[in-house]
Formats: sequence, C-alpha cells, structure tokens
Amino acid sequence: MSFVWTLAEQHAGRLKEVSFELLSRGRTLADKLDTKLASLVIGDEVDDEQLQELVWRGADEVYSIQDPRLASFVCETYSNLLSHLVKTYQPSVILAAATSTGRTLMPHVAVRVHAGLTADCTELDIEEGTGNLLQTRPAIGGNIMATIKTPDHRPQMATVRPKSSRPLPQDRSRVGKVIAVPLDDWLVDERVVAKGYRSDVQDFVNLEEAEVVVAGGRGMKRAEHFGLLRALAEEFGGAVGATRDAVDRGWIGYPHQVGLSGKTISPRLYVGAGISGAIQHLAGIKTSETIVSINSDPDASLHKVADFGIVGDLFQVLEELRRRLAETSPGEQGTAGRDAGSEK
Amino acid sequence: MDIIVPIKQVPETSNVRMDPKTGTMIRAGVGTVVNPLDLYAIEAALRLKEAHGGSVTTVTMGPRSAEKALREAIAMGCDGGVLITDRAFAGSDTWVTSYTISQAIKKMGRFDLIVAGERATDGDTGQVGPGIAAWLDLPLATYVAKVEVLRADGASSERALRVERLVEEGYQVLELALPALVTVVKEVAAPRLPTLRGKKRSKAAEIPVWGSQDMDLEVSFLGLKGSPTKVVKVATPKVTRGGTILVADDEEAVSDAVEQLLGFLAERDLLPRRGRA
Ligand SMILES: Cc1cc2nc3c(=O)[nH]c(=O)nc-3n(C[C@H](O)[C@H](O)[C@H](O)COP(=O)(O)OP(=O)(O)OC[C@H]3O[C@@H](n4cnc5c(N)ncnc54)[C@H](O)[C@@H]3O)c2cc1C
Ligand SMILES: Nc1ncnc2c1ncn2[C@@H]1O[C@H](COP(=O)(O)O)[C@@H](O)[C@H]1O
Repeated sequence: MSFVWTLAEQHAGRLKEVSFELLSRGRTLADKLDTKLASLVIGDEVDDEQLQELVWRGADEVYSIQDPRLASFVCETYSNLLSHLVKTYQPSVILAAATSTGRTLMPHVAVRVHAGLTADCTELDIEEGTGNLLQTRPAIGGNIMATIKTPDHRPQMATVRPKSSRPLPQDRSRVGKVIAVPLDDWLVDERVVAKGYRSDVQDFVNLEEAEVVVAGGRGMKRAEHFGLLRALAEEFGGAVGATRDAVDRGWIGYPHQVGLSGKTISPRLYVGAGISGAIQHLAGIKTSETIVSINSDPDASLHKVADFGIVGDLFQVLEELRRRLAETSPGEQGTAGRDAGSEK
Repeated sequence: MDIIVPIKQVPETSNVRMDPKTGTMIRAGVGTVVNPLDLYAIEAALRLKEAHGGSVTTVTMGPRSAEKALREAIAMGCDGGVLITDRAFAGSDTWVTSYTISQAIKKMGRFDLIVAGERATDGDTGQVGPGIAAWLDLPLATYVAKVEVLRADGASSERALRVERLVEEGYQVLELALPALVTVVKEVAAPRLPTLRGKKRSKAAEIPVWGSQDMDLEVSFLGLKGSPTKVVKVATPKVTRGGTILVADDEEAVSDAVEQLLGFLAERDLLPRRGRA
C-alpha cells in the first residue's frame, strides 16, 4: 500500500501553517485512494506537541527527521534524505508547499527519483479508475488552467500554493504514529553551508504566507502614503504588497513586489489600491480567494478581475475604511482567521 | 570565472494560444523575447565576469528560431551561445528539459558557475534550474538576490560563492563550493541594454547548433515521450469574476461604498476579528 506523503515545513523549530494546509489536501487524496497519509518533518527542535498536532490535523503517521544539521534548509542534504526515503518507502504521492523550500527541493528530488512534478497546483484530485493524481495549475500568467497527470512514474509529485486550502479542524480523538527517523551521516552534503539570515533587513515581509495582502500601485503617489496601507494591513493582520512601478520608484522594497517578476500570492483577501491591473501584476494575484479593487478609473483591468470594486479616489476610500474599522470595538487584537492551524 | 547561462525564448505577449490536443503552446505567429527573468541571470553573470574575468556563454533549448535569443544575449555582452534543437526534443517537460540541457552543458566543457532565471514566464515552473543542478550534482542556491565571490583565485577546491536567497523569512545566507548553480531574482541586478558594438558582434557570431545526435543522450529520456508528466486538459478560466462594482464619486457615495464593502467582507468572514466582535 503506497502512502500519500506531505512535507511539513518548519522555521526555527516552529511548524508553518502550510504544513497543516497540505494535510487537508493529502487527507482527501489518501481517503480516495484508500491509503494512509504520512507527514514528513525535516528540521530541528520541532517539539512533540507540534508533531502530535500533525496527527490531529489529518496525518496517520508522522516521520520526524530532526538534527541540528537540518535546522536550515540546505537543498543537497534535504534532497539526499528525501530521495533516500522515497526509494525506501515508495510513496505514491508527495505534496509540498510551493514555497522557496518546496519549489527548490521537489524538482531536485524529482530528477533523482525519476518522477513527474507539477508546480504550483491549485486543485488536486484522483482520476476515477486509474487512481492517477490529477494536478491542476495555472499557467502562462494564470491565463490557462492545465490539468496534468503522471501515469507511468511514481511518486506523483506536486507543489501546492500556500493559502489555497484550509487546514482541517483539530481532532484530538485522531490517533496516529509519530516515528523518529535518524539522519545518517552519509546523507549530509558539506559543499553548502547555511550561514543564517541577514539581520540588518529593514523592510522585510512574508507575503506568500499572509492571509490578507493590501497592495498599492502608482496611484499611491508617494512613499509616505504607503503608511495608509501599512495601517490597514495591520488592522487585518496582513501584509503590504506593491506593483513593480511602486517598487521601482523606491516607495517600498522589492520583497513587497507582487507579480511576474515578484511574488505569486494566494491570500484569502487581496486589496489593490491605485493599481491598474497590468497582466504582469495579475499573474501574481489571480489565485487570490477574494479580490477587492480601489481605482478611480472605471476601466482599470483590476476592476475586471475583482469580486468587489470601488471606482473612486483611493485616499478617500482608504481613510473612510480605516475610520470605520477603528470604530468597531477597538481593543482586543485579532486577525482574519490567522493561526487557524494552531488554536492552542 | 567561466559562466553558463541557460536562457529560454518565450512568447512576447501573455496572450498565447494552446493546442487543445497536445496541451502545448502554439508558438506560430507570436513574437518572442528572451524570458524577461533570464535577463537578470545574464546581467548577474556579466557583472561577475567584469569583476573576476572569464566568459559568459548562454545555452538554449528550443526551435531553430531560438537562435535569436542567443544573439540578443551576445548583444548584451555574452561571449557566445549554443542552440540545442531537434524535433526529438519537442514537448519536453521540466524533467526532460533539465536532462537535455545538462547533457549539453557537459559537452560545453569546463565551467565555474551556472546562473539560471528564477522561472520562465511561459512554463512558469522554476523547476529547470534546480533540475539541472540535480543532474550535474552541483551545489544549488535558488531565489538569489545577491552574489559575492569568495576566494576567486584560490586553488579550485577552495573557491566558493556567498549568496543571499530571498526566502519567506528574509535573506538566507549560503556559502557554496564552486562549481555551483544559482537561480536569481530581479533584485540581483538591473539588466543592461544591448550596445551597438554588441549588436555587431552578435550578427557575426557563430552559433553552434546541436541536435540529438550531437550529444550523449538516452533516447527514452527525450521529448514528449520521455516526459513523466502529461497534460490531460487545458481550460481557460473565466477572465472576469463578475464582481460588484460601485462608483464612489462624492463623500456620501464613498461612505456608502465602504459600508457595502464591509458588509461584503463580513459575509465572506474576512473582517478583522475585533471588527466581528
Ligand atoms: C517583464 C515584465 C515584468 C513585470 N513584472 C511585474 C511585476 O512583477 N509586478 C507588477 O506589479 N508589475 C510588473 N510589470 C509592470 C506592469 O506591466 C505594470 O507596468 C505595473 O504593474 C503597473 O503598476 P501600477 O498599477 O502601480 O501603475 P499604473 O498602471 O500606472 O496604474 C496606476 C493606477 O492608479 C490609479 N489611480 C491613480 N490615482 C488614483 C487615486 N487617487 N485613486 C484611485 N486610483 C488612482 C490609476 O487609475 C491607474 O489605474 C512587469 C512588466 C514587464 C514588462
Ligand atoms: N528550454 C530552455 N532552454 C534553456 N534554459 C531554460 C529552458 N527552460 C528553462 N530554462 C532555464 O530555467 C529557468 C526556469 O525555467 P522554468 O523551470 O521553465 O520556469 C529559466 O529561467 C531558464 O534559465
């Protein structure tokens, strides 16, 4: 019986939300295939409580490979380890997050185990009769949706966009095995050394994992006006995004850029203010769950892809929005569904 | 530093058409450019060459006409380019593409570094760079925003690169032994324009063209047939979401529009929690 595997992701010993999102995808597939779902944790110092949480959120088995040499993602060692585990246990499906880690590790492993890999999937299903994994992904800037399968190779590998699914509710009655797997020395590649993170970074943002992204474009007119967006983003517990025009003008740093030559995001809510909606920007936001557009030009392309658009002056609209949000019972901090994966 | 840059020729517009039978792109009648994200790779490579000497050679796998992309790169300052083209390569997925390019790179000879783009705007997978690193067993760093050479002139066993990767938590710093492969993001360097002199050189440049017979290739690893992934369906998602659009051209209309927006967000459970209390 070939299992479905998901790769949990961790940073500094904390499991990331996307680890639980992947389990809800994996659970559906494993049930359809009538097989088991296992979650792999590669890292260091992820505590037992978090490993147990993976069971409560859908895993039947958890393989925990923890070692100081795995604390930071280094592709070669992770790939040696994962390729070795794949060859030994021969899972039928492996899902990883479409993050900087997943999108690096999975193609590396796919080559080595001769498997097909589909990037950035937004839908996954099982084909009736054959049991093949059907992987649907946006391609060509979100202009088409391609469905892909890998009929003759195993495992079937896919990366899945963060935020494109919700974690399952915690079920403490679920039982599962947590199995510690040692890291053998021969798997460690010493040609690459992780030297930590640059610490002097002023304006960094984790856009891909934000539930809410409030983005601004050239219509924001000045760097200082991004303060409006930051305040709003904070209100929603979200992050600030920007178009290339805004970044190129130096109003905000490159880590905030969304689109073809920036980040691809799928937040639950995207709000675009003073953004025309050029095709290169849309490429980065098309899979957002809800799109809100604020632009004085009724013909702006962003309005056309929006679920809710306001044709008007963004400064008036944002001010009013902020005023109204501030009115509603201030005090207790909260976010729109953030941390749904760890209600502890 | 001898550097190889794999570049891809991509359709100029985002309005490409698809062949519903094969699920691959119809390239006829669409203008082409060097993949915009590969220009950053070329620029990063040229700067390393300027600082440390050596050469920059591009390689592309594509139709005959992809030669144009190589000439554009030469016009920017690259020293040469290799075209890999064969009917047998048509329909390659990323596994096969990275295999075929890797075999070409082996034939190209000695190098210190491969710099690839983060992803191609048409296939949009970002898988070919890491794939080449896996085939050639090279140390890999993706999403690189900054490259620095450590010990460029030491014994070859000591030469290394320090890079900063743009990841979710910030900039991860890695040191890699050379030869290595990096994929770069826009932040690494703003691409230069071709020069007049470069354009002249590019016109005169000889571009080697290699087919499946010219490289050491496993036939079952090639083209559509060799590709583990198969496209089974291509659909065009609806372009508009048919959302609510409100005009807010005076104070009252703004207040009304914001009211409705808040109602809409509440319905979708998207309001900040304290707003819901
Ligand atoms: C290869 C390539 C890659 C690219 N990559 C990216 C990318 O990654 N990300 C990206 O964003 N772009 C990218 N672009 C650029 C893209 O084509 C557009 O130029 C850019 O997205 C436009 O940014 P904008 O919407 O901020 O500016 P504009 O298109 O100038 O739009 C500004 C909008 O603000 C509105 N506005 C002005 N004042 C107000 C006001 N007071 N109230 C309300 N609305 C107002 C205007 O009506 C207008 O619609 C790329 C381009 C190329 C060629
Ligand atoms: N056909 C190709 N020929 C040469 N290089 C390629 C080709 N396809 C992809 N690449 C390289 O791999 C990177 C990632 O492409 P992709 O995996 O298709 O998104 C590109 O930016 C190029 O550097």
